[in-house]
Amino acid sequence: MDLKVTGDLVGFWNLFVIVVAVLSIVGCAVFLWIQDSAKHAAGQVTGHVWDENLEEYSNPLPNWWRWMFYITVAFGLVYLALYPGLGSNPGVFGWSMRGQYEAEMKAAEATYGPKFNQFLAQDVMTVAANPEAREMGDRLFQTYCAQCHGSDAGGAPSFPNLKDGDWLWGGTPERIKETIAAGRTGIMTPKGTKPDMDAEQVRDVVHYVRSLSGLSADSVRVQRGQELYPQACAACHGADGKGMTAAGYPNLTDKVWLYGSREDKMIEIVTKGVQNHMPPYGEFLGAAKVHLLTAYVWGLGGGEKPAAPVAPVAAVPAAQN
Amino acid sequence: MNRPAAETHPAVAPAQAGSLYASRIKIHPRTVAGVFTRWRWVLVWLTQLIYYGLPWIPWGERQAFLLDIAERKFYIFGLVLWPQDVVFLAVILILSAYALFLFTAVAGRLWCGYACPQTVYTELFMWIEKLIEGDRPARIKLDKAPPDARKIGLRALKYGAWALLALWTGFTLVGYFTPIEALWVSFWSWTLGPWETFWIFFYALFTYALAGHLREQVCLYMCPYARFQGAMFDPDTLVITYDPGRGEPRGQRRKGVSPRSVGKGDCVDCNICVQVCPTGIDIRNGLQYECIACGACIDACDAVMDKMSYPRGLIRYTTENALEQGWGRREILRHVLRPRIVVYSVVLLGIVAGLAWAIANKPDLRVNVIRDRGVLAREVEGGAIENVFRLQVMNVTEQAHRYAVSVSGIEGIRLDREGLLEVPAAATKSFTLAVRVPPEAGERGSRTIYFDVKAVGDESIAVHEKASFLLP
Repeated sequence: MDLKVTGDLVGFWNLFVIVVAVLSIVGCAVFLWIQDSAKHAAGQVTGHVWDENLEEYSNPLPNWWRWMFYITVAFGLVYLALYPGLGSNPGVFGWSMRGQYEAEMKAAEATYGPKFNQFLAQDVMTVAANPEAREMGDRLFQTYCAQCHGSDAGGAPSFPNLKDGDWLWGGTPERIKETIAAGRTGIMTPKGTKPDMDAEQVRDVVHYVRSLSGLSADSVRVQRGQELYPQACAACHGADGKGMTAAGYPNLTDKVWLYGSREDKMIEIVTKGVQNHMPPYGEFLGAAKVHLLTAYVWGLGGGEKPAAPVAPVAAVPAAQN
Repeated sequence: MNRPAAETHPAVAPAQAGSLYASRIKIHPRTVAGVFTRWRWVLVWLTQLIYYGLPWIPWGERQAFLLDIAERKFYIFGLVLWPQDVVFLAVILILSAYALFLFTAVAGRLWCGYACPQTVYTELFMWIEKLIEGDRPARIKLDKAPPDARKIGLRALKYGAWALLALWTGFTLVGYFTPIEALWVSFWSWTLGPWETFWIFFYALFTYALAGHLREQVCLYMCPYARFQGAMFDPDTLVITYDPGRGEPRGQRRKGVSPRSVGKGDCVDCNICVQVCPTGIDIRNGLQYECIACGACIDACDAVMDKMSYPRGLIRYTTENALEQGWGRREILRHVLRPRIVVYSVVLLGIVAGLAWAIANKPDLRVNVIRDRGVLAREVEGGAIENVFRLQVMNVTEQAHRYAVSVSGIEGIRLDREGLLEVPAAATKSFTLAVRVPPEAGERGSRTIYFDVKAVGDESIAVHEKASFLLP
């Protein structure tokens, strides 16, 4: 027998399955054939009794049942020849679950692909204005994004709000698409140990930062913190505290706090640092879906006009609105 | 309880003596007339008028009875059932089972004899057969005749007529699942979809095979119900019975001769009760699992008794107890009301009442509140705490509605949006709502809140739905 080993069954178990399957079917056929000429005394009681007096008679089977049995045997053999079943033999049709899955995915791509691809040629702002595209984008968002960013895209602690116009990595169509497709990793280095700052100094600088967005702060500490800030923080968050979306450094002067505005939480972050991660979706979703999602997120209310010739930093003031 | 069946099955005979298999003997039931035959035809008309007619009844813009599998909605006149109502299907199945228990306990296999599709379609197919080929003797003769032009013509006519009826039956079945008028159009223009084509021809093929050719073989060798009827009978169950005390010893005699004078019972051994039997049994051998309780033998025997001027009822509906004790009609009827029947009836009535109540009070609006699981709670400007909910609003009515939403349960709780939720007729829509409580909202943890969704302009459509709000 020409066995093409395709998968999991090899060696002894492969042979075992083949032998058991073939023996069972052939055994049934032989048994049927023997019964064809077997003698049978009709009308006798088998001796089985139920409900006091319900007896079972040993009456002959209708003839057409015999043909059904033979058809079953033939069906079994034909099936095993056509489809996988005899060990690892793939069968004449070469059917496999993996093949069926791939065929169905291909069919789905052929059906739904054009629906997604039709928007690829349009720019993000045009797509964002299209109600049908928004509805598709919403469904994609609810499937792939809502787990972290929330069904309303309003975010959660450590997962940014996507509709408030405050962008960690920029809110132009290109930057949003880049974020979705390639993912982002934001790192805040810990500053709570010498030679950086001791605990008191951390508290001071936190109070200064709080004062930047009008949060309650101790004025003495604010003053001390202001002196520490340029050396400890300004390299990333900027001298004015407005951050840098080109590298994902948050703006400290707006009222948006990714981890909440409680003082103890802010101290913890400055002391220990923090790392945050947005996974890349480009490969998984493909260009068309990423394009639709970009338009959806851009259209949530905070999207910025493309700033092609201008440096990314210039886009930051727009985020303050 | 069951009496032993005849030695071997009457409709089959061993292929060779002592073989394990028996070949089928073709049954040519003789046409019969009488009260039970009339009842069966009443039931055939009733069930088939409903079956063939129901899909054609319009209801407003749509078909009155449509089981739309693709859209997952069942339209039954004014009622629209959603997947959420699948419990009704379960109740209807339980109801059918109980009705079967009740009818069977009272009077045996009424279902088999009068309402089962196998019986009904066999009856229709045999009626066609009789029209084309004639009654029993003519059919037996035709069977034995050489295949000449007449025989081939008659057979072609019969099979053709059967096929048409079968096709119409298959077409009607599919008409329950896809709008029948459009189906009619596509049927004639050969633009049926692959599944419609499959089901029409599949169902037609099986109607043709089962009602035309297999007939009693279905009842004898396929139907499980025939085999467990014994468990539902008791000695007070009305069953079709030959009265051996009155009939035996059977034997032929001339008309007008008193049976006693020749030392015989009332049975003239004319064998007509066997000839009319659609399953080919001899009822004089006692209760047998093959008996589908069609009553043909009663009608046939009564006609013979009339001819002989003997009283009717040598074969009749009676009970095992009545036959043994010699009860009259009144005594038999008195025993119908036994505990078992009362319990079945009470349970049946209870289920019917419960189902009617549940359908009458079916809500016109369903709301599922799903809290965002990833976003437990978040702080927004001013320290307020926000939870995000997704409201799945199902408008079960056939009109579009707008709904007002409000939320309650925590001091100062409010929605972040205003405006109404609009849901088209018989549709489901999801809405994302952020719910906010002020920073001083009190006790932390999971708090119970309530969403109230009310249709604008119809006070009776309202849902009060519980949800939980997380306060960190």
